[in-house]
Amino acid sequence: MRITYTDVLIIGGGLAGLRTATGVKERGFDTILLTLVPPKRSHSAAAQGGMQASLANSVMGEGDNEDVHFEDTVKGSDWGADQEVVRMFVNTAPKAIRELAAWGVPWNRVKRGNRQAIINAKSVTLTEKDEAHGLITARDFGGTKKWRTCYTSDGTGHAMLYAMDNKAHEDKIEIRERREAIALIHENGRCYGAVSRNLMTGELHAYIAKATCIATGGYGRIYSVTTNATICQGIGQALALETGVATLGNMEAIQFHPTAIVPVGILTTEGCRGDGGVLRDVDGYRFMPEYEPEKKELASRDVVSRRMTEHMRKGKGVKSRYGDHLWLDITLLGREHIEKNLREVKDICENFLGIDPAKEWIPVRPTQHYSMGGIRTKYTGESQTLKGLYSCGEAACWDLHGFNRLGGNSVSETVVSGMLVAEYIADFCEKEESNIDISTKTIEKFINQEQEKLEKLIHKDGGEDAFEIREAMEKIMMDKVGIFRNGKDLQEAVNQLEELLKRSKNITVHRSQSLAANPALVNAYRTQKMLKVALCVAYGALLRTESRGAHAREDYKERNDEKWLNRTITSWRSEEQTLPDVEYEEIDIKSMELPPGFRGYGKNLNIVHKDSEIRQKEVDEIRAKSSDNRFKIQEKLMPFRDKLPKKYRGKNERLSERFNNE
Amino acid sequence: MSKERVLKISILRYDPHVKGDKPRMETFEVTEAPGMTLYIALNDIRKHIDSSLKFDFVCRAGICGSCSMLINGKPALACSTLTAKLGEEITLAPLPTFELIGDLSIYTGNWMRGLNERLSTWIHNEEKIDTDTLEEKMEPELAEEIYELDRCIECGCCVAGCGTMQMNDNFLGAVGLNKIARYQLDPRDKRSDEDYYELVGDEDGVFGCMTLLGCEDVCPKNLPLQSKIAYLRRQMVKIGK
Ligand SMILES: Cc1cc2nc3c(=O)[nH]c(=O)nc-3n(C[C@H](O)[C@H](O)[C@H](O)COP(=O)(O)OP(=O)(O)OC[C@H]3O[C@@H](n4cnc5c(N)ncnc54)[C@H](O)[C@@H]3O)c2cc1C
Repeated sequence: MRITYTDVLIIGGGLAGLRTATGVKERGFDTILLTLVPPKRSHSAAAQGGMQASLANSVMGEGDNEDVHFEDTVKGSDWGADQEVVRMFVNTAPKAIRELAAWGVPWNRVKRGNRQAIINAKSVTLTEKDEAHGLITARDFGGTKKWRTCYTSDGTGHAMLYAMDNKAHEDKIEIRERREAIALIHENGRCYGAVSRNLMTGELHAYIAKATCIATGGYGRIYSVTTNATICQGIGQALALETGVATLGNMEAIQFHPTAIVPVGILTTEGCRGDGGVLRDVDGYRFMPEYEPEKKELASRDVVSRRMTEHMRKGKGVKSRYGDHLWLDITLLGREHIEKNLREVKDICENFLGIDPAKEWIPVRPTQHYSMGGIRTKYTGESQTLKGLYSCGEAACWDLHGFNRLGGNSVSETVVSGMLVAEYIADFCEKEESNIDISTKTIEKFINQEQEKLEKLIHKDGGEDAFEIREAMEKIMMDKVGIFRNGKDLQEAVNQLEELLKRSKNITVHRSQSLAANPALVNAYRTQKMLKVALCVAYGALLRTESRGAHAREDYKERNDEKWLNRTITSWRSEEQTLPDVEYEEIDIKSMELPPGFRGYGKNLNIVHKDSEIRQKEVDEIRAKSSDNRFKIQEKLMPFRDKLPKKYRGKNERLSERFNNE
Repeated sequence: MSKERVLKISILRYDPHVKGDKPRMETFEVTEAPGMTLYIALNDIRKHIDSSLKFDFVCRAGICGSCSMLINGKPALACSTLTAKLGEEITLAPLPTFELIGDLSIYTGNWMRGLNERLSTWIHNEEKIDTDTLEEKMEPELAEEIYELDRCIECGCCVAGCGTMQMNDNFLGAVGLNKIARYQLDPRDKRSDEDYYELVGDEDGVFGCMTLLGCEDVCPKNLPLQSKIAYLRRQMVKIGK
């Protein structure tokens, strides 16, 4: 039998997928999880620097709470985020980290008394409080007012993913490894599961479920140089797109990380700068204070990446055969600190560059890093247009990050969204409307369709070479849809990608004829999917004639709230079309807790929306009139608590804030 | 500048899914580039010479443990092996012990999951977690010590490099013993020493290790495997008495 039935099908075994699986299982539903690789190999393992949660234990985190985390995240997003989602997220993040602590993550802890830290290139003595001793500590990250990023050395993602996968073992989650979802099964606006391909034997199998959740991570690999793992190819987004029903959000919002090593693009964590490292140019000069006097190296990621690029364009980069780069200097942190808190970085420098970062500077440049866009969902994680399809983690756009995400907010998001979406899925599965109502015949049709596609790829003669097409796509994205964008390049990119898409319909698998484990075949069908994703990114970027967060247009430098305070929604209604359909979803200022303002970097070029001032006035009045505590005031500005699953509505205790949670 | 080398990379090829296929060595020539790793070299071969060549890379940064293989006979991660550190002639073969998918690609997932289930490698604690209140405290040094052992990436190198494993395939290997050392250290796990003894206090466990040091030599994360196994053995001897 090629069909298996379950309650919930989860596609993806990273942090988001695993946490969703655990959640629905604990609510009593059967679940099957498909993953390309053993879950512990998922890209989440590579997260180094840390996870944001406003615990406020360390002295540099004092005064932190959900409100501060909320404000940092919304500003960081350049007001693109859904503020209700941000509120739900910041309220759940402390719970997520405490749960992970109980499940075994060895978070670094506060140590009482004095310690030396490097702040703004100077050694400073910090004194930790007695009562905080032994609680979870945090480091500084870009774009945050407080030190809020909790960590385990620089192997945070690894420690989290291992704890989570071990938890999945305890919960006896059924995990099917080396299985790739290659198509969603859907009928009449309702998703019923997926066709999966066994990457070892080539066998196709249908998994039919009440709810299907895509947690497949980002799409960094559509670019030639990226910090992302080789499997972050946007297949999850493509699966949703290919239904013709589900939609994607803000695909053009792509983050470039300031410090990946040259040439291979492996990341050195933001923790390097958070812990006191600085950026230097060809003359050894520390240039960031000149551009961003206040936040310097710890301005938001998009800002630092742009400043570095600007500086290199002024001829201040270091020339190399792989192009220009700058230096990341962490020598000032001292060997002991590096060997304890930045050991992955040290390993990477030794293994890939042959240098000792305690003595030498690291060659770095901004590199593709994170996908803010993804499958567009409601706050529940359910697709806005395809019932029964859910998505969470980096794969989704529920929209926590808007046009730029803060470092440390992503692993945090994966776990939080997993916790929440699992509850909404379980609620759905309890209702009659979740009943599976699809015939075996239709399921077979979906399997056969995929089988035919694969056979065509193998047996066709003399078509295009997928490796070549894919390389061309990666290069176009890198050269023309990068950190700085302009109309001319973007138009060229769209035209060329469209051409590649047409050619990709004629791909043949050269040389290798096996329908079982066959990397050439895999590359062939994934390239076809990746091109659609790339087109959504490039076309969205071309149409968005403003600069917001990580989307920076040289020909439209201003953030234009009047025209562009909205989300880009792309879909692919028919296989015949060669460009996505694009629509926009307005973001309503009138219900915002934090109306649009100036982010505080560079010159203020914003084109203001008329509602901003009106709403700001209302917000100010509510604040001025009220003598209530911060929770009550927040409630008046933008209620969100009702939307949270009941078990996650409690207030978060801190050393300085104790509650009687009813 | 010195002359570019042409590397001769010999790979043990075999696809168990292809009927009649037989294991054989195949040699590929690749022109070395500066900073080239085996990740780059193997992808070069796949792209330009033989697209059917099977191998696994995920993070390609030495973090995820997917690409362990025998490099000139020694278990190691291919992604973080610079070709400059090797001779002109390189031989690659899949790690033994694990199920072969094809060529250099192996299936470590089911083996590791079996191990984890056998040892119940998760925190055993019946208490309900209250995530609204302050987390339980832990000494900072202890947290660091646990992290040290938590750094295992389940790449399987220690298993492939283990002498005992060759004689007893039920042996837990350094990967398994290290995990028990990790949980025994962790006060959040409420299992007793007797529970651990039950799991590792025999010839398949800590008393099977012949201290040949193969594991520690090949661990890409430089985990202190031998001293941890020795420590665990002393603990278990005490309990066993
Ligand atoms: C180098 C690096 C460092 C980072 N550091 C940090 C950090 O310090 N802090 C932070 O907050 N964020 C960090 N991030 C971002 C963060 O790690 C990711 O956003 C996050 O881990 C994504 O998790 P996920 O669960 O959504 O997806 P992933 O962990 O990418 O998991 C995706 C899963 O989907 C599976 N999959 C994919 N496609 C299919 C398919 N078609 N069928 C079946 N399965 C499929 C894969 O096998 C995998 O299990 C970092 C990112 C990078 C690149």
